[in-house]
Amino acid sequence: MTALQHVKLGTYYVVHMPEPDDFAFWRERARQLVQCDVPPDRVAWVEPGGNGSLFSHGDKRLPVPEDDKIIRASKRFLSIAKNVCHHSDPERFSLLYAMLWRLQSNPRLMEDKADSQVRRLEDMDKSVRRDAHKMHAFVRFRMVEDDEGNEHYVAWFEPDHHIVRREAGFFVRRFANMHWSILTPRGCIHWDGETLRESGPAQKSDAPQGDPAEDLWRKYYASIFNPARLKIGAMLKEMPRKYWKNMPEAALIPELVAGAQRRESEMVDAGALEFEDRPETLAAIDKAIHACRKCPIGNLDNQAVMGEGPDDAALMIVGEQPGDQEDQAGKPFVGPAGQVLDAALEQAGIERRETYVTNAVKHFKYVQRGKRRLHQSPTAKEIDVCRWWHEAERAIVKPKVVLALGASAARAMLGKTVSISKVRGEPLALDDGSELWVTAHPSYLLRLDGDAKAEQERLFAADLAALKDRLAQLAQ
Amino acid sequence: MTALDTMQKLEILADAAKYDASCASSGTAKRNSTGGKGVGSTEGMGICHAYAPDGRCISLLKILLTNHCIFDCHYCINRKSSNVRRARFTPREVADLTLTFYRRNYIEGLFLSSGIIKSSNHTMELLVETARILREEHDFRGYIHLKTIPEADPELAHQAGLYADRVSINVELPTDSGLTRLAPDKNSRQIEGAMGGMKMAIRQSKDERKRFKHAPRFAPGGQSTQMIVGADAATDSDIVGKASRLYGNFKLRRVYYSAFSPIPDASAVLPLKRPPLMREHRLYQSDWLMRFYGFAPQEVMQATEADGNLPLDIDPKLAWALKFRDRFPVDVNRASREDLLRVPGLGTRAVGQILASRRHRTLRLDDVGKLTVSVAKVRPFICTADWRPTLLTDRADLRSLLAPKQEQLELFAA
Repeated sequence: MTALQHVKLGTYYVVHMPEPDDFAFWRERARQLVQCDVPPDRVAWVEPGGNGSLFSHGDKRLPVPEDDKIIRASKRFLSIAKNVCHHSDPERFSLLYAMLWRLQSNPRLMEDKADSQVRRLEDMDKSVRRDAHKMHAFVRFRMVEDDEGNEHYVAWFEPDHHIVRREAGFFVRRFANMHWSILTPRGCIHWDGETLRESGPAQKSDAPQGDPAEDLWRKYYASIFNPARLKIGAMLKEMPRKYWKNMPEAALIPELVAGAQRRESEMVDAGALEFEDRPETLAAIDKAIHACRKCPIGNLDNQAVMGEGPDDAALMIVGEQPGDQEDQAGKPFVGPAGQVLDAALEQAGIERRETYVTNAVKHFKYVQRGKRRLHQSPTAKEIDVCRWWHEAERAIVKPKVVLALGASAARAMLGKTVSISKVRGEPLALDDGSELWVTAHPSYLLRLDGDAKAEQERLFAADLAALKDRLAQLAQ
Repeated sequence: MTALDTMQKLEILADAAKYDASCASSGTAKRNSTGGKGVGSTEGMGICHAYAPDGRCISLLKILLTNHCIFDCHYCINRKSSNVRRARFTPREVADLTLTFYRRNYIEGLFLSSGIIKSSNHTMELLVETARILREEHDFRGYIHLKTIPEADPELAHQAGLYADRVSINVELPTDSGLTRLAPDKNSRQIEGAMGGMKMAIRQSKDERKRFKHAPRFAPGGQSTQMIVGADAATDSDIVGKASRLYGNFKLRRVYYSAFSPIPDASAVLPLKRPPLMREHRLYQSDWLMRFYGFAPQEVMQATEADGNLPLDIDPKLAWALKFRDRFPVDVNRASREDLLRVPGLGTRAVGQILASRRHRTLRLDDVGKLTVSVAKVRPFICTADWRPTLLTDRADLRSLLAPKQEQLELFAA
């Protein structure tokens, strides 16, 4: 009987696949069947262990083609077919055969992405590639040592499709010098550093149950997560729940998600820096700083000291913080350092009444020694917190020139710690276009004596004189 | 103080590194461990080995060598004036940890950064030493990303490039004034100078490899950078402009945007609120428009609103289309790839499929529906064989028709 007669007689054929992913076998049989003009609805493709009973009447002997007719299949079809063979859908071989059949009359059919069969194959191809990618990503080895101390890395993984054999190469290339096994319900692969071996399906209990390194990994996973950015949907999209059971870190997820809101609000509260809108009048600042407890200095027994001077002064002088006397008087620069400053300003010809005098830190920081309150320098953090207030003052007064007295005031203006000796005598540009002059704090002069004192007093006077010239220049 | 064990150090130094957005492991040279002594391979496409509940991919072991720092950048949790717990790894500890994780298939490799200790050069030497131990002593062939320090000696940066797949230098803030204010110890000219040096070295190495097969590779994964969004007053226009200059001037592989997120013990000069994640998302979308959709930076800027920011409720491509309605509708059966890429709701993949399919059939709205996610979104901007939007494209309320119906409630809205 010739092949053509077979078809005319309406014979059904059944092809039993030897392996669930044997593309080469499918290709040979499919070519033979197309050559004999057997239409797709006359062939049943049965995978190993698959249910072939519906087609048990089908002929297992395939027709032999009379001539070697050329079968056409586009490159795109072949590359998709190779992947689709690994899919778990029992219809995959029939679908491929149907497509191969149609390609004979329309060789460019694969380009028609709106065709529903093309789309289905494309989706299956994508699903296989995704499963393979997730296998590369989510396989987790556990290390076991044998009696001779050799390390063996064993993983348990549950792929959706028949991809284990297909992906062996990836793991061989990556872990060429390790001994490893990947156990799956669809078969296992083993590498001993030289050869790859396959074995039948395994169970989860065949794999080792833990690895000390997993504690480190879980710690890393928990620490790299930023609770302020919770996006559960984005995580689930790429790491669906079905994979979680074989990933040591996934057990932490519910706890991390539940704790995220608490941790975020703790971070915000710990900073406790939720400043209200910036006050827009000096009176409002005055009121607000008295209530300010943003840093520990505000909790000492002291009062906030507001800046003093005209609200349109061209010159703003910024000190470090109020001292003992300033704290009692509630006014800046009225103690010993204030007197040094007043004298120096007078000598330079600068009117203190026309300048706005304030401090980088609004409260007096001290330690109690008997009856005395000893001055303590504010920390960088405390200065930074208080920046909020003197920036508000600066935004209202809008001085053309700011004179910072000492390193703390300079830090408050620049946001970084600078050395007075390096930056004094020259103006520095500030964000708002005004300029900053830096000099020593007058209390520094009080602590010195002898030649050093004379030298520093000379420098201080020179800085103020230069400032006076600059003010005169700007006033023109 | 008692000595910290590896677990505690890992906790502190991973926590300190989590504000860096990048975790990419793609785009480098292909290699594998066959014939070598160690482990590791890179095959082009990066692999995300896990996802954290913040939706970010975990591809690399991303840690700091130390979070001690002599710098005082306000946005940074590790700045000198912060009270955060400090820890320090030795290069060898980091190398061992990387291999422990890599052998169990947890990671693609290492992304190492560091606070500045002693000096920029000293720190850079330690980073390079870590990479050297991995590459030379362990023959590690996985991915290495090194953060280089712009203030360090260029010779050290060069060595980093010889060991690493990717190098990066963060520009940190989109404007110079923001940098001066928030990162007073950094300097944009120095940062850009270092990026320029990297660009030259990468180009030179590519050139040499064309002529000599065994010329050493230099950062085959290129260089990237990161900008913090929402810490200063820069608008989206500023950010887009800066990003496009960076892409142009330094041939960067990626510019990452990182929404400024609250940090423990924050500095007072910064807004302590929920990170502007939607704004970050819109910036990434605009980045995509420039890289894959043929938008010029100016065109993305045209999509911004009066305040210079991109709208948050609709994506930048739709915002642009609503402003330039005379460019629509586009005929899917005739239009060029460039024009199709402008249609809101059509991605590069859908456009490719339309171009392929229309050789075989005249596309109807139904067919377009099969190739896109949402035909409702595309419909006002296209013509098909059986569909013309007629008045739809010109309707004044089109934006409200296309914007998400209800503002999605934030999970933790205050």
